[in-house]
Amino acid sequence: MPDVTIGLWCAAGFLVIGASGAAAGRFSFATTLVYGLSLAVSLVTVGLALTVLLQPAQASTVTLPLGLPGTGAHFRLDALSAFFLLVVGLGGTTTSLYALGYGQSERTPLRVLPYYGAFLGGMTLVVLAADAYSFLLAWEFMSLVSWALVVAHHREPANIRAGYIYLVMASFGTLCLLLAFGLLAHASGDYTFAAMRATKLGPAVAAAVAALTLIGAGSKAGIVPLHTWLPLAHPAAPSHVSALLSGVMTKVGVYGFVRIVFDVAGDQSPWSGLVALTIGGVTAVLGVLYALMQHDLKRLLAYHTVENIGIIFIGLGLALAFRANGQDSVAALALTAALFHVFNHAVFKSLLFFGAGAVLAATGQRDMERLGGLIHVMPQTAIVFLIGCAAISALPPLNGFVSEWLTFQAILLSPQLPQWGLKFAVPAAGALLALAAALAAACFVKVYGVVFLSRPRSPEAAVAKEVDRFSLSAMFVLAALCVLAGILPGFVIDGLSPVTSALTGATLPHQASMPWLSIVPIAESRSSYNGLIIFLFLTSAGLFAAAVIHKFATRATRRSAIWDCGFPLDSPVTQYTSSSFAMPIRRVFGAAVFNVIERVDMPLPGDLRAGHFQVRVRDPAWRFIYGPLARSVAKSARWLDRMQFLTVRSYLTLVFLALIVLLLVVAAWR
Amino acid sequence: MINALALQFFQITLIVAIAPLVVGITRKVRARLLRRRGPPLQQVYYDLWKLMHKEAVLAHNASWVYRSAPYLVFAATWVAAGLVPTYATGLLFSWSADLIAIVALLGTARFALALAGMDVGTAFGGIGSSREMMIASLAEPAMLLIAFTVALIAGTTQLSAIATVFITAETGLRVSLGLALLGLIVVGIAENARIPIDNPATHLELTMVHEAMVLEYSGRHLAMIEAAAAVKLVLYFSLIACLFFPFGIATGDKTVATLAIGVGSYLFKMAVFAVLLPIAETSVAKMRVFRYPAFLGGAFAAAALAVFLRFVSRGF
Repeated sequence: MPDVTIGLWCAAGFLVIGASGAAAGRFSFATTLVYGLSLAVSLVTVGLALTVLLQPAQASTVTLPLGLPGTGAHFRLDALSAFFLLVVGLGGTTTSLYALGYGQSERTPLRVLPYYGAFLGGMTLVVLAADAYSFLLAWEFMSLVSWALVVAHHREPANIRAGYIYLVMASFGTLCLLLAFGLLAHASGDYTFAAMRATKLGPAVAAAVAALTLIGAGSKAGIVPLHTWLPLAHPAAPSHVSALLSGVMTKVGVYGFVRIVFDVAGDQSPWSGLVALTIGGVTAVLGVLYALMQHDLKRLLAYHTVENIGIIFIGLGLALAFRANGQDSVAALALTAALFHVFNHAVFKSLLFFGAGAVLAATGQRDMERLGGLIHVMPQTAIVFLIGCAAISALPPLNGFVSEWLTFQAILLSPQLPQWGLKFAVPAAGALLALAAALAAACFVKVYGVVFLSRPRSPEAAVAKEVDRFSLSAMFVLAALCVLAGILPGFVIDGLSPVTSALTGATLPHQASMPWLSIVPIAESRSSYNGLIIFLFLTSAGLFAAAVIHKFATRATRRSAIWDCGFPLDSPVTQYTSSSFAMPIRRVFGAAVFNVIERVDMPLPGDLRAGHFQVRVRDPAWRFIYGPLARSVAKSARWLDRMQFLTVRSYLTLVFLALIVLLLVVAAWR
Repeated sequence: MINALALQFFQITLIVAIAPLVVGITRKVRARLLRRRGPPLQQVYYDLWKLMHKEAVLAHNASWVYRSAPYLVFAATWVAAGLVPTYATGLLFSWSADLIAIVALLGTARFALALAGMDVGTAFGGIGSSREMMIASLAEPAMLLIAFTVALIAGTTQLSAIATVFITAETGLRVSLGLALLGLIVVGIAENARIPIDNPATHLELTMVHEAMVLEYSGRHLAMIEAAAAVKLVLYFSLIACLFFPFGIATGDKTVATLAIGVGSYLFKMAVFAVLLPIAETSVAKMRVFRYPAFLGGAFAAAALAVFLRFVSRGF
């Protein structure tokens, strides 16, 4: 009997693991103990989530005598919770498996182990919580523990700065969620989600709740322009934690948005869909463009998370717009696309961060300009990393393509929407999504080409060693999931049907019963895609061509020096680097978006000093929003500073004036 | 079932069989326009045959990505081309990938080839891959918007179904279709590395894009890449034929007569396109690299305009 209490026991188990990590952290066995136990508990959560999704039953609830006096803490496990519990559990399972090997090299385990279990426990509690108090408590707990993980390596000043910015943004996000829940609780007079769900909100309140949730949950997920903490904080943590932060915690942010806006707040106007859709489109393109400009591998991956969150929000915005117009089956399609992408991104982003961690462990380098040729020294990591790169670039027959294809199908059904704003915004979002997909492919050609292919650009890269078996097995599990979800997407879509039926009242046609296991979102005459057949065609066509040539022509091969048009240059410095690869795209988009400044210092012939090339790329969010904001805060602080050194008489006058103003306000209010 | 399988098999062999001939025609016409005599039409077949029988020379540090990429590129292009309706619609596997998936399959091929260009670690390989991905990042969105336009008119993304709708007179001449055709021609020129984007016959490496990327390849690997390029050209020709000039294509019952008309009209269309392309190519000069964004941005703008028109009104 799948039950929410099992989920709570899992969360408690994670917290106990965290406590044991704190207690035993100084001993050498602690790493194995913590990650081994986390692996076991995560597997239980995966099993629980899968049972709920595959055998949809009534949502199970439980009330614990905790929290505010008299209210109790409510927890609930329904299809939506189960799906995100699956994401958390899957992330926890693979990360723990990876960390069994990777975590052994941690120099300060006491700064990681206690928070690791607590982090998983916090995320589990967020997806299970069913009242505003427990939700916010779990949410803040998750934020705080993840902050501790971000500043685990606190000796580096950049990490401390990242932690500070993260803390400020997380507090701001929670404040917005607090206000959203305040509006909801005011309307219903109760803190439980069940009571809020039963209350019908006025259109203005519903819009305010949606906007506040978009800011609050969106800042955790990383929508533009609230993404600025993400590319700083995610790479700062140890690599397996980066995978959890990027692959899983951003999804908990998405969960917060879906839970509050789709479920708890009830009906929304189509305009909230329009806002989410527009922000999603902008987020997708800016995220991938910024990722292209990076040469720190982990920061590049973190910016790519921003892009994928944008794709998810395009799907969510479409679903909101369709649902508000009563087109439930299309809303189900858009929501399926978004949630499928949630799953996909959790899988391939974890895989890529694991790969980045493996590269970091093997070479000590995160800077792509000093890597290269790793395919020769880390052959197995190279295979799985290639699968991850292809999957995130939305290439068929892998999984990333399926969710983008579903999003495109939903976009193509949107001329039926009556609102004019949506008629313009939806095709624009489609164009932005297409642009983001193409740029993502360019970005990952750069990543793989510079890090794993080409010649080593530093001695460390040349002598790197393959990573341990635990890390490799975790990556192989995720790579297998990328392939499986890509060639058999119908099963994933069927697994999502209880979620869509609960949130939109409709489901897609049952996919597992389609002929040849095709996926057919609406009707076969309209669109269908078969990952399995494409996969079989690709492999058989490739093998057929190779076999024919090897059998009937020749298979003679000779190794020789690089040709390079007759002028091979021996130094690896002559290769294309990450910056030079991105240069054409920087030229095309950079001036408009990033205010790129390129400075070339080329000595004249005969001059023997070294030449210099410097590129400066600034995130527009810092330039236009946070920079002015920080300056105005500092300015007003300086101004208020004067209040500190007044005479007693002036203070008394101020107190008196404040009292009068307050009385006037109260009088006016009455 | 056997018949359906045979028809599908005929389609995939037909595409591979005629692809070198189509390239041969473009080269011959181009040479005649430049007042050269030019190689015979079957020269491309000879070239491929010769390359296949030569030993492949690999750099010492070439990895398995470099060795397997040519086969993957060929396979992905071939599968994509096999799913575009050529002489008949509704073939056995036509539903397994729609227009969006066909575009994405070409993306898979490009991804593999660009990685192969980076593999050995030469400056030319890098410059080719980098520029190829820059061009693709401009051309692919335009291509997807073109796909949106035709899908919105036909109400489906399945190419077979689109061709069946477009062959009827009621679709008629439309502004959005005109813009889409314009965009598709520009995208096709860019994707197939033709003038003014790229010059397949250049002898100056710095001006190459596609050829710079595959500069290190030789022997059977080069043969695969050349064959894939030829198939890709035929794919774009077939796409234009199937979307904008679908006449003659066998839509309903597949009798010998309709199939013969379908094959005949398809071959005729391919020959016409193969003559038109070099005429267009010889009448313009190649562009500087950083003027591509304006050229491809024009295609993107045309396609986006077409999509907006479709969203605004069904009449366009």
